Amino acid sequence: MALLTVRNLEVEFPLGRKTLQALYGVDFSLEKGERLGIVGESGTGKSVAAFSILNLLSKPGRISRGEILFEGSDLATLNDDAMRDIRGNRISMIFQDPMMTLNPVLTIGTQMIECLKAHRNISREAAREIAISKLKEVMIPSPENRMDSYPHELSGGMRQRVVIAIALLTDPSIIIADEPTTALDVTIQAEIMVLMLELCKNNSVGLILITHDLAVVSQVTERVMVMYAGRVVEEGPTRDVIQNPQHPYTRGLIKALPQENRPGSRLNQIRGSMPALDAIPAGCAFNPRCDYADGECLKAIPPLLGKKGHKATCLHTDRIPPFESARQEVST
Amino acid sequence: MDYLYFAVRRVLQAVLVMFVISLIGFSIQDNLGDPLRELVGQSVSETERQAMRDRMGLNDPFLVQYGRFLGNAVQGDLGNSYFFKKPALEVIAAKFPATLELVIGATLIIITFAIPLGVYCAIRPKSWFAKFIMGFSIVGISVPVFLTAIFSIYIFSVELGWMPSFGRGETSDLLGWQSGFLTLDGLVHLILPSISLASIMMPLFIRLIRSEMMEILQMDYIRFAWAKGLYPKRVWFLHAFKNTLLPVITVGGVQIGTMLAYTILTESVFQWPGMGFLFLEAVNRVDTPLIIAYIIVVGLIFVVTNTIVDLVYTWVNPTVKLVGGTS
Repeated sequence: MALLTVRNLEVEFPLGRKTLQALYGVDFSLEKGERLGIVGESGTGKSVAAFSILNLLSKPGRISRGEILFEGSDLATLNDDAMRDIRGNRISMIFQDPMMTLNPVLTIGTQMIECLKAHRNISREAAREIAISKLKEVMIPSPENRMDSYPHELSGGMRQRVVIAIALLTDPSIIIADEPTTALDVTIQAEIMVLMLELCKNNSVGLILITHDLAVVSQVTERVMVMYAGRVVEEGPTRDVIQNPQHPYTRGLIKALPQENRPGSRLNQIRGSMPALDAIPAGCAFNPRCDYADGECLKAIPPLLGKKGHKATCLHTDRIPPFESARQEVST
Repeated sequence: MDYLYFAVRRVLQAVLVMFVISLIGFSIQDNLGDPLRELVGQSVSETERQAMRDRMGLNDPFLVQYGRFLGNAVQGDLGNSYFFKKPALEVIAAKFPATLELVIGATLIIITFAIPLGVYCAIRPKSWFAKFIMGFSIVGISVPVFLTAIFSIYIFSVELGWMPSFGRGETSDLLGWQSGFLTLDGLVHLILPSISLASIMMPLFIRLIRSEMMEILQMDYIRFAWAKGLYPKRVWFLHAFKNTLLPVITVGGVQIGTMLAYTILTESVFQWPGMGFLFLEAVNRVDTPLIIAYIIVVGLIFVVTNTIVDLVYTWVNPTVKLVGGTS
């Protein structure tokens, strides 16, 4: 049994009389210490999927169906206090913008110690010791002094390190990282990503990495899941998916990378744009933007099929020409 | 050290503002009415008046007169009240404790009710109680203070006979300060006026705290606090409330200054012997020096409260960059 199993997850946002559905029957699982990437354009539901695991959906979003099995309980139906004790303890999160994640009026020390004290019966001094050791792990210089600093006294990269240290405080079994490097400088991005990879490997922490950066996914994750319009359209071992994408949407994403283009030529892009949540096309949701779509694609939503754990929801995988990447492997 | 530098700068700004207020105050005195008419009778001839004007320096150039006024003002001399025949400042100072105690009473009422109610309305915006509070606060904003005051007198003093309807009641001497805080009679007299004065500011504070807090609750760092698995109490009352407090302190400080200055309506309805009541009497009697002294004292109260608010704000908010400092 996997560490985390999400089955048939549906999330909806009731807005007045209308109800918008953000996720349609999403299934995925995560083994102990495994690193899973979730990729897709903005609005495909990748963040919604991640936030629904800890029931932290922005209002008025709610889980309308499905189960989230973790350590013997279903997180989708857990009561508030039991859920509270999972958050930041067994499963922690790293947010996108470190400038906004830390409370501006509380010191780093306060924000770390309170997290330990919320989950363990521990003295302030002992909590402080643990906090300092975690700051050391994320390579913050002179951690003792930083404990008394306010967030605004630290740079963006340093703040994200602090956030990572907070995520690691209680030795969780899963960390969910929602685009953890998007808001950082390019030079810092690689540093933070390498740090996260090392920490997850060393502590055998499972990682769910939400990103639209395929280069990061190929470096950090073992498995990847591609989402489109609230559904999983392709999933499999990262190497397989990147080198031999089956779904035309995944192909489009990879083709759109700048390194897939010859210098001076027009950048490749997927024509059209993501459908709005209340206007998702019938059949395969990607069909209006797909070069290979035909009448079949309009009839029904294709099932997620494939072999050796590499699956895609495309009816025409046999008809689509083999994928030729401009490079053998995607790299930064 | 940075803080000291900032504090000194802020105090110098305050002094500058006081300087401008004194200029305005003096201009009014210079142009409003003729002091001689108040001082001497009909029988004094025009030549004698002219001689008196010369002797009193009223014919000197504007700047010379202003300099003299300013010099006296700095030494605490704002002229003599025509009516009381005493230094104007002394007259105001005697009435100041009454006004200050009224404002303290109202402020305590506002703090004890506005903070819990505002926070509650932000946390449970959809509950019927929150909706009731919000509806009621609109009524509170709309009803003028003299109406609240008169109704409360009618209900609690006239009909029920529970509360006194006017005056400060028994006061006792506390280090030269006539205080109503120490006697039961004084405290009972304070209740209705404090509630009336609080009733104007209370809805504003509830709404301010609610809207600021609701905005803060949407912030990423609050979501992160939830993601850390903190107890709701800690997220609401530490993470969210501490951030809510910053704008509330700014507006709140200014409003308390306003209350201190404009207790006029409440004081006149309750015959409260404070500065506001005194000012109304001074206007009726064209007691110019007293009016000017009132304007300057009220200006001083405003400037002092604003300066204190700024200093406290900087102290509470660690992210305020102190100019010239490297924090």
